[in-house]
Amino acid sequence: MPITYTSGEQVEVYRFSIPVTIGVPLLALFIQVFVPLRFPRFAMYFDLPLLVTIFFGMARRNPISGLFTGAVIGLAQDMLGHNPIGLYGIAKTVVGFGASSLGVKLDVENAGARFLVTLGFYLLHAAVYFTVARGLVSLSLDWSWKSGILAGLANAFVGVPLYFFLDKFKQRT
Amino acid sequence: MESVLGRYRNLIILVLVLFLQVLGLAVQVKRGGNDSENTRLIRVWAVDAVTPFERGIVWLQTGCGNLWHNYFYLRGVRAENRQLKEQIEQMRLEQVRLSEDAAQAHRLQNLLAFKEQYISKTVAAQVIGSSGSDLSRMVYIDKGEDAGLKRDMAVITADGVVGKLMLVYASTAQVLLINDQTSGVGVILENSRLQGVLRGTANGEVVLERVMSDEQVAPGEKVLTSGGDQIFPKGLPVGIIMKVGSGKDLFLNIRVKPAADLSKLEEVLVLVEKQDRQALADDSTRMRAADILAQRLPSVPDKPAVDPKAPPASGTAAGRPPTTTAAKPAVPGGVSQVAKNSATATAASNGSIQVVKGTSPTSAATKPATAVKPSTSPNKSSANTQQSGAEGKPASTSPAKVVPPVQTPPPAQPSDSQPAEQNSPQ
Repeated sequence: MPITYTSGEQVEVYRFSIPVTIGVPLLALFIQVFVPLRFPRFAMYFDLPLLVTIFFGMARRNPISGLFTGAVIGLAQDMLGHNPIGLYGIAKTVVGFGASSLGVKLDVENAGARFLVTLGFYLLHAAVYFTVARGLVSLSLDWSWKSGILAGLANAFVGVPLYFFLDKFKQRT
Repeated sequence: MESVLGRYRNLIILVLVLFLQVLGLAVQVKRGGNDSENTRLIRVWAVDAVTPFERGIVWLQTGCGNLWHNYFYLRGVRAENRQLKEQIEQMRLEQVRLSEDAAQAHRLQNLLAFKEQYISKTVAAQVIGSSGSDLSRMVYIDKGEDAGLKRDMAVITADGVVGKLMLVYASTAQVLLINDQTSGVGVILENSRLQGVLRGTANGEVVLERVMSDEQVAPGEKVLTSGGDQIFPKGLPVGIIMKVGSGKDLFLNIRVKPAADLSKLEEVLVLVEKQDRQALADDSTRMRAADILAQRLPSVPDKPAVDPKAPPASGTAAGRPPTTTAAKPAVPGGVSQVAKNSATATAASNGSIQVVKGTSPTSAATKPATAVKPSTSPNKSSANTQQSGAEGKPASTSPAKVVPPVQTPPPAQPSDSQPAEQNSPQ
């Protein structure tokens, strides 16, 4: 029975085994860089490392743990590209922190909430990335609400079943 | 104080982590913009963590595909084999023709002291991964420093240019695609010969920049590398112009469709060696294209028009140009004979050679290479004009192909329509 609108002391906090903590982000990164070779539009619409960041953040319900998870995954994603390291790092740090903080206050165990949370955090992630990339690195990016919302919806559709699958690896503290 | 720190502990840590990352970004930007060479050591960790899996999956995929296609799925192979053999025969014939054209081009380049870049060595590599982001358009290949790869080497496919090497690790390398917004390729348009810079955009399109808006650029024209960037050899196909529009600052906005399918790369070639060298043509050892043409054409017995009353040709000894010198190849029934039969005709077996009617009687008579010139190089006529000299000596490049001067009676009407051998006003 999920707990809704409860205080921080009442929510259930989960932890994960070390293989899951390391393996799931690594697998997400691997899929993210490998699948576009066969399906080029995959990278345009999906961001699996972001979904993993949101999931770990919401499950652990610890803002510090969430922001560090986001920072590590984002920096690793930066290292695989050629843009300066830190663009994804900053964006996912913010998302990890936000997802953990939200997980403390809201019930994020049901599909609807997870869908909306994923959509919202995708847009937040895109906005932070856009701001940093244009403001600090001077990359010429164009903001598009249409493509942003489309990609957010796509990630949300993928994220909901993915979260339920990853729920199997949760361990109660 | 402690209570404040405890209360805002999470926020303070968030700000601290963000600050550190912003600081790191600022350092990278200050050191060299998007030059990822500064962070090579950090990036290699992530690359080493991911590429072994990619390499393994690609190997497995290739192995299964080869097993299926080479041992099981052999339907239609016999018919295809027969078809390919026929194709080879046709291509051999085509090769003979092209090799003659190439030899001719080499000679012309030699005359003009052109230097060209030759691709002398390539390394084939397989694409094993991407950046995973549409804001960083690059791929990873399965060859690195071990295979002799270095930064800034050109990467191509059979279709056209792909990109250049950015970071080269021990066994992998990062290829920056030409549709990334940080890439740039020096290009030239095939027909109009306009030069520009090819760049990628944020949404993965490829545009041609630095072409003035008053230039005429038509969609469908091919875009080739210009060689000006010192990375890609000149003449490699880059793409085709798709759309031309007005841009900003007096420049055109030209969209280009890349020749290589950048979204479905599997195997690529890395140009590890390219040499600047001069064309190796040697007129003394190779036959001219005109001579080859002359051999192939049906010959007519050579009948030089000689006036028995005329004194022997004095040539330059008389202190005037040898206006009666007839240009004739050594080969019987050569091009001069063709010119005589039809001075204005274009005698082109392969479309590259034409007989040009002499506009000046003197020039037509004294410049054999001018009378027969390849249509592909207007510069050759000027080169031979210089070699002919003001004294009216035959072109020094092929003295053996010029017969001794023969004086002919003055023509009744010296005009352009006369045969080259008779253009000799006294």
